[in-house]
Amino acid sequence: MEALNIILLIFIIGCAVAVAFSKNLLRSIVLFMSMSLALSVVWVLLESPDLAITEAAVGAGIDSLLMFATLKKIHAIDLADRHKESVYDKEVAEDGKAQA
Amino acid sequence: MAKLKHDMSGSRRDRLGHWLMHYDSALDEALQSDYDDDTAQEAAPAAPAVQHHRTWEKKKAKHVNFYQLVYRILAALMCCGIIAFLLMTAMQLPEFGNAADPANNEVSRRYIEKGMEETGAVNIVAGMILDYRAFDTLGESNVLFIAACAVMILLRIGQGDPAGALEEEAHDRMTEPKHDLILQKIAQVLVPVVLLFGMYVIMNGHISPGGGFSGGAIMGAGLILYLSAFGFDKTEKFFTFKTFKVVSVAALTFYAVSKTYSFFTGANHLWSFITPGTPGKLFSAGLIPYLNLAVGLVVCCTMYALYTLFRKGDM
Repeated sequence: MEALNIILLIFIIGCAVAVAFSKNLLRSIVLFMSMSLALSVVWVLLESPDLAITEAAVGAGIDSLLMFATLKKIHAIDLADRHKESVYDKEVAEDGKAQA
Repeated sequence: MAKLKHDMSGSRRDRLGHWLMHYDSALDEALQSDYDDDTAQEAAPAAPAVQHHRTWEKKKAKHVNFYQLVYRILAALMCCGIIAFLLMTAMQLPEFGNAADPANNEVSRRYIEKGMEETGAVNIVAGMILDYRAFDTLGESNVLFIAACAVMILLRIGQGDPAGALEEEAHDRMTEPKHDLILQKIAQVLVPVVLLFGMYVIMNGHISPGGGFSGGAIMGAGLILYLSAFGFDKTEKFFTFKTFKVVSVAALTFYAVSKTYSFFTGANHLWSFITPGTPGKLFSAGLIPYLNLAVGLVVCCTMYALYTLFRKGDM
């Protein structure tokens, strides 16, 4: 049990540091989610199941959902998609030119 | 040699030096390229006269750069100082789990020894937050409600807005249900289970671990899953802005009124029809199951409302 505790705590600290240092916002949110999930297991090990349920529902669920929605709102998620689309459009246009 | 230089330009040390010495951050560069893309795309089909985008000043005056450097070094020093201060404070804290801690005083002993007898709740946490400290919980529920109202003020699209100004959101809304088959099939199975589990956590809050906040958050997550699978047209059949308004205000009012009664009779040693009942039964523990339900409804509505407001600016 002690070993599991230590592994979980190291995982949490690693995730927390990685959240701060990750360049990609989407990746930060996923890391944050995994940190909350590990934290909820730690709450169970500390014999507070109330907090564990709340941590799993709010920390891993609702918080990340709201942050995903915010990223969508500020167009931080679909930047890469838009780039792909523009490249695709260019290719299509070039194909059209070549055919004409 | 060229490879070495390339490695060097991406290293942490080089990035740190760049961050310290230059004003442009990565965000600025990304914004700049984004603006460049936009202007290029707009200028190509239309006349080049529509260059109304703000252009970034690349070159700053020298003294501005100098103060940027000073600010950054000061910021780093301040961060280190605060970290050291907080760590020193944490070293001074009493040992965790020590029986002689000042936190283990007669208040918590009273809660643990007499809690079940006085409140009728087997789950001591529910007894504490909804009976001894019910006023705090009312404040927390109100904070959530006020947060949803603030988001509504900022993000809600009014009915009288000029058409076209918010066409992006309208477009977002039109394309919202992507009819993803995997998501829909999984949501068909999961949503009822999630909602039932949320109800169970709320209604059993005084018997088993859980309560209004966690159960409400679970139910809100289930509603959000349903929304992302089936779109706004389906959810609007049972959850509109009016539903949010009525349910939240009714739950908060019920909480405030019933707890006022309970505090008034309790503080004055009057007879009250609220009794602890038999601990362990579903309808026991006085007001706690009903207060749990009220808190759960507020939390569920607020979570769902926050998500929809962020998503499309309306409910």
